[in-house]
Amino acid sequence: MPGRRVRARAVLTWIAGLGLLAAACNGQIESGADEASAGPPAYGDTFIQASIGDIGGLIPSLTSDQSSHEVGGMIYDGLVKLDKDLNMVPAMAESWTYSTDCLDLTFRLRRDIKWHDGYPFNADDVVFTYQAMVNPKTPAPFKEGFLLVKSVDAPDPYTVHVHYDKPYARAVETWGTYILPKHLLQSFVDAGTMRESPQNSQPVGTGPYRFQEWKPGEKVVLVANPDYYEGRPYLSRVVYRVIPSQATIFLELKAKGVDYVSTLTGIQYARQTEYPAFRKAYHKFRYPASDYTFIGFNLKDPRFADRRVRQAFAYAINKQELIDGVRLGLAREATGPIRPGTWAYTDKVARFDFDPTKARELLAEAGWKDRDGDGVLEDKDGKPFTVTIRTNQGNDERKKIAEIVQQRLKEIGIKVDIQLIEWAAFIKEFVKPRRFELVVLGLGTGTDPDQFVVWHSSQRGPDQMNRTGYANPEVDALLEAGRSSCVQSERVRYYHRIQEILAEDLPMIFLYNRDALPVVAARIHGVSPSPSGILYNFNEWYVPKAQQRYTSG
Amino acid sequence: MAAVAGSARRGEIRQFWRTFSRNQLAMCGGAVVAVLVFLAVTAPLLAPWDPNRPDTKKILTPPSSSHWFGTDPLGRDVLSRVLYGSRISLSVGFVSVGIAAAIGMLMGAAAGYYGGMVDNVVMRMVDLMLVFPRFFLLLAVLAFLKPSIWTIMTVIGLTGWMGVARLVRAEFLTLREREFVIWSESVGAGAPRIIFRHILPNAIAPILVAMTLGIPAAILTEAGLSFLGLGVQPPYATWGNILNDGRDYIEIAWWLTLYPGLAILITVLSYNLMGEGIRDALDPRLRQSRLGRIVRLGR
Amino acid sequence: MALFALRRLLLSIPLLIGITFVSYVVIGLAPGGPLDFLTPEDPNASPEVKERLIKEFGLDKPIHVQYWQWLKRAVRLDFGRSFLPDGRPVSAKIAERLPVTLFLNLIELAIIVGLAVPIGVLSATRQYSLYDKITTIFVFVGFATPDFWLALLLMILFGVQLGWLPISGLRSLNWEYLSFWRQQWDFFAHLVLPIVVATFGGLAGFSRYMRQSMLEVVRQDYVQTARAKGLSERAVISKHALRNALLPVVTILALALPGLIGGSVIIESIFAIPGMGQLMVQSVFSRDYPVVMGNLVIVASLTLVANLVADITYALVDPRIRFGGRRGRA
Repeated sequence: MPGRRVRARAVLTWIAGLGLLAAACNGQIESGADEASAGPPAYGDTFIQASIGDIGGLIPSLTSDQSSHEVGGMIYDGLVKLDKDLNMVPAMAESWTYSTDCLDLTFRLRRDIKWHDGYPFNADDVVFTYQAMVNPKTPAPFKEGFLLVKSVDAPDPYTVHVHYDKPYARAVETWGTYILPKHLLQSFVDAGTMRESPQNSQPVGTGPYRFQEWKPGEKVVLVANPDYYEGRPYLSRVVYRVIPSQATIFLELKAKGVDYVSTLTGIQYARQTEYPAFRKAYHKFRYPASDYTFIGFNLKDPRFADRRVRQAFAYAINKQELIDGVRLGLAREATGPIRPGTWAYTDKVARFDFDPTKARELLAEAGWKDRDGDGVLEDKDGKPFTVTIRTNQGNDERKKIAEIVQQRLKEIGIKVDIQLIEWAAFIKEFVKPRRFELVVLGLGTGTDPDQFVVWHSSQRGPDQMNRTGYANPEVDALLEAGRSSCVQSERVRYYHRIQEILAEDLPMIFLYNRDALPVVAARIHGVSPSPSGILYNFNEWYVPKAQQRYTSG
Repeated sequence: MAAVAGSARRGEIRQFWRTFSRNQLAMCGGAVVAVLVFLAVTAPLLAPWDPNRPDTKKILTPPSSSHWFGTDPLGRDVLSRVLYGSRISLSVGFVSVGIAAAIGMLMGAAAGYYGGMVDNVVMRMVDLMLVFPRFFLLLAVLAFLKPSIWTIMTVIGLTGWMGVARLVRAEFLTLREREFVIWSESVGAGAPRIIFRHILPNAIAPILVAMTLGIPAAILTEAGLSFLGLGVQPPYATWGNILNDGRDYIEIAWWLTLYPGLAILITVLSYNLMGEGIRDALDPRLRQSRLGRIVRLGR
Repeated sequence: MALFALRRLLLSIPLLIGITFVSYVVIGLAPGGPLDFLTPEDPNASPEVKERLIKEFGLDKPIHVQYWQWLKRAVRLDFGRSFLPDGRPVSAKIAERLPVTLFLNLIELAIIVGLAVPIGVLSATRQYSLYDKITTIFVFVGFATPDFWLALLLMILFGVQLGWLPISGLRSLNWEYLSFWRQQWDFFAHLVLPIVVATFGGLAGFSRYMRQSMLEVVRQDYVQTARAKGLSERAVISKHALRNALLPVVTILALALPGLIGGSVIIESIFAIPGMGQLMVQSVFSRDYPVVMGNLVIVASLTLVANLVADITYALVDPRIRFGGRRGRA
């Protein structure tokens, strides 16, 4: 029951917070430290986590970087959260009810919650948070869910009533976001100066940890909130150390300078953490993460408008080879954008398993043959088939995917160049204006299967997420229906059909769903893998008195 | 006139060689450089494997009889990649220094010959460029441009011409007053002719030193840029990006770090020794002007 | 003399302005703007936010207008606020990193000079001896070694295998809880690896330079004269030759001053040191214009000051310049 609320919308592809397992497979503990000599739960000790980027600020509603959301998730709280089986459960709300027409949502709030500065929490804060998010002066990146709300009001201090125009499947999920303190931020929101408010450097929230200090570029320190409504967390201090290099983070891990890494790479997990000293000092875990990696086509490119070409590319690629080469086997082949193991998932869809001969055949059908014997296919005008695969710099996995795919495509006669571009420039110069041919990217699978923003034809604008430019009226209708229903049995049908169509049409080649590979220091007890990962019960992790390393109290 | 100049030059060259060959270290350096250039040129013939072909069954295997330098994280042969990498590293070295020298010569010549306003403008530009920390400038520019080998070569060249410009300008200032220039001018020879046929050849010596010492600097800079991820695009190998690939596996795959690092070390070392030897052998000339001080040593 | 100094000072001002303007234009031409960092790949990032941010930061005005506004504030050392969501003042960000970089590089410089001078002098006085050859090789190897390579090797050896030294940051996490002496030791231990890596390479350049300078001086006439006068070799070297050979060292030191500010990008990244170099990289990659500009101005100003100091010192010390002639520095 107690647990850590996670913000379900973070999409940076190296998030490893949530995962759902098919019934058969649970997370595995990979090392053999002795749990028996544990000792009873005790308060104390410090938990040190590495963060590759400094936080962008202490009001996570205004930021989009992963670090500030991790930190924010500790300091702030939402009305609901996800439990270990990925069900939506109460957090600051005790309960909620949904009207049968799916238009009205009523939350009953707990009465025993206080802000970190002692001020009592009530419905006014919730209403205020909504108003702050939809206020045009607020530079918040993720407003979408709130913009769909018609009205919010608080009939009494512990009840919040939300009204929607149209049924919105993700309504409840929206309210899992960070609730902001009205008494401290009202004036800043009105003036549009939230970023300059003291809240952005000395935040006050209702979460399990209180802010203590932020040394920019170095660390963020949080201390346990003794008044947390679910009970004080055992670990007294949480420290995020900013270490901007993956290599250094890993070295620090080996040198026992950090207690937790959210995910190892495949090679690190399989080859670099197998020695006795490491296995004694750390536990490794493995469970399916909540994202998928894909190769996206630009459907505006006339060559890719022909479905046979896309399918030929799919035949040319050996997904298992990618999994072996890039993840050392620690991933599963993906067939679509929906998270395996969730209620909306189906794998009964078309498959294009590795078959270069079929690839060549399809391409020939589409008019691509090697007419001059130089090993490269040409169309009927003699133009050779050359493509550029682009992806962002700094991501080793995607780079390796590009290199392996380059080689495979070369074998069926397609000449490939690779471009690694710095993230901001990549997005602005290539992805948004659709000036690409193929991209290697990842997307999160989220908890709700709604895929509207990624596949609907209305979402093809430069600042929207339908990057491939996919437009299929049948899929559009299904997306709309799925989104505006709140009846699961109905939605299942829609999403199954969507997956079937996408697997056939292939606007992108879905490569794999990787496994999250977190590592936790062995002295920390209470870690127990579940479909949602390991962090759901962070507040219950403890270090027995005898093994505490950083005495602080 | 020309004949006299010619034999004087030949005498200088012989003198130079005599001093240079007495310097064992410099000779070693020169020999290694020759070998490296040879290896780079014949790399396609020498490399045992396709340097760009991944093989996911051979990820990170240690050196063995079939893979003398082991394999990289995608199963590619490291020896072949180092050999091919030498081509890129060396061409970046040569071309970027060539660009820098070309720009420097033009700028320095203009400043030294015309003097006055032109000189002022050029020297302000030199000061301007020197004020930017080089690596920062490179980072800033490269982050904005499409990464490719030509971009890197050009940018390194564009940020390294100042030393040569100063050298050339100083040479001009000294030589401008010499008789043969005055004579040429009075006879009506045009500025370019004077610059190129009379003055520049005399300035060649220190410029050569600067260039030779600039090559290892350029190679190190390219390695650093590749290491940060700003170098040539995959799958092409350069020493810097092999190091970058191996950076995360250093304790289980020492070969990925050792061999390209050694390659850089040996190359840079040899060029430096050779360059120093050249400079020492030219010493008698340098004693007369203060050019020795101006030759840049920077990274 | 004073005229000389004044003239140099006046020349510096337009240079400074030129620098800032050029940088501003270059950065403005960059393809990726700062907005893309704030609202990255996410299905729910709101589009109209971009519009707001453009208005807020004035990115839609023509570049010379933006620049002029920026310049007016920069003169007062107000560099605006960072484009990143934390919105902190640029001067604050720089101020907290500058001391770190300065401190590290000053130590590094002191060690380098302290070692390079004796090495170089000895090399010059014993030119071509075995000592000279060995030091030459050693120093050259240092110069040829890529610093990131060395850094990784040392980190593995001392940090992980032997566990003797810490490998990132400037202090341990539990620093506040250590006794005073242990705190000092801890800080020192964190500095060892970065400084070793940084000095290893720099040593080569300086000691070679010292050697070169010494060599030239030793052949000068006045040194021969001193010898002819019967002075001991040691007196000749230390009293006459050394002083003059040190002149260019002074110049080099002054030119190295801006390096103090810029910081070593690679070393700071590998060792996670929160200095200027790291800030530079981060802000360039995220197109954080105000921070980049602020950084640049500081570096440029300090370089110009350093140049000025170097020129004046050189002029003071070298009588040839002091007493006229436009020969100055070539």
